[in-house]
Amino acid sequence: MAWQFDNERPIYTQLLEQIRFLIISGLYPAGSKLPSVRDLASEASVNPNTMQRALAELERSGLIYSQRTSGRFVTEDGVLIKQMKESIGKEKILTFLHEMEQLGYTAADSVVLVEKVVEEEIR
Amino acid sequence: MNTILEYSHVTKQFGSMHALYDVNFTIEPGHIIGLLGPNGSGKTTMIKLACGLLVPTSGSLTVCGEPVGPGSKARISYLPDKNYLSEWMKVSRIIDLFHDFYDNFDRNKSYEMLKRLNINPEQKLKTLSKGTREKVQLILVMSRNADLYLLDEPIGGVDPAARDYILQTILTNYNENGSILISTHLISDVEQVLDQIIFLKNGSISLQSSVDDIRENHQKSVDELFREVFQC
Repeated sequence: MAWQFDNERPIYTQLLEQIRFLIISGLYPAGSKLPSVRDLASEASVNPNTMQRALAELERSGLIYSQRTSGRFVTEDGVLIKQMKESIGKEKILTFLHEMEQLGYTAADSVVLVEKVVEEEIR
Repeated sequence: MNTILEYSHVTKQFGSMHALYDVNFTIEPGHIIGLLGPNGSGKTTMIKLACGLLVPTSGSLTVCGEPVGPGSKARISYLPDKNYLSEWMKVSRIIDLFHDFYDNFDRNKSYEMLKRLNINPEQKLKTLSKGTREKVQLILVMSRNADLYLLDEPIGGVDPAARDYILQTILTNYNENGSILISTHLISDVEQVLDQIIFLKNGSISLQSSVDDIRENHQKSVDELFREVFQC
């Protein structure tokens, strides 16, 4: 996976989001061991201290935990991962609805359009 | 005593011109710091002082708690902004030379990097292009297990693909007990590798911050902030 960063926001927040995405999408499954800070930093081509900070934030959110000698792991709490997934999904929908609103669609119109597009896709 | 490099009220004058004025600055272990500033702002002077190539007009510098001298030179791996290697030498001979010179030089590491960058160790330096020579110099510097790496414009002349590899090398090679100071104009290329930056303006430090604090407080990258602060 290529790690991309935009210019407006801190790098650690962007790292945090991308790792969270990897967990939610199942690439780092529940209970699995994460690569070391060094390896992750090297993979993302970022400063190890920045990666460390992102992981510390993720630990605070409960999505990952560290075991003193054996490294960091993804939480085994499937419910938490699901909740996280839903809240990110909701965020994306809100952004989408906001953009649609700027195009002149009400929320209800947007839903109708979404349904139409989904139907066409299936066909 | 953890500080790797400390500048204390350092002033450097060349004749009546102040190249640096009352610079106070410390480097702690485990950081990659960007030394950023327009041309003539004093970046190279700052680096040369730490290497003992220049002596401060007033103020003092310490490296790992000791004054600059032979002991500090053993701890510092320095990449100058000029080519200082003998043109007629083969790359492999230069590696031998460095190996003889520095206890902390890792020959295997340098050969590994040469291979990755497709540089033939049996070629003479004068037959290599400008960019390739720069790569050789950087390989030599990064092959030492030093406490402090001082890199003066390390990636200026190399192509973007090699640039990525070099930054990768910098990231993987430095150890948690060491630090790296990089002076460069290619801010956007190195930004995500840095964790702290210094802006140098007319010989004084005008800003010292972490990269993410800048992004958090200004909603812009270090590169964009630099362009704003130093707008011509």
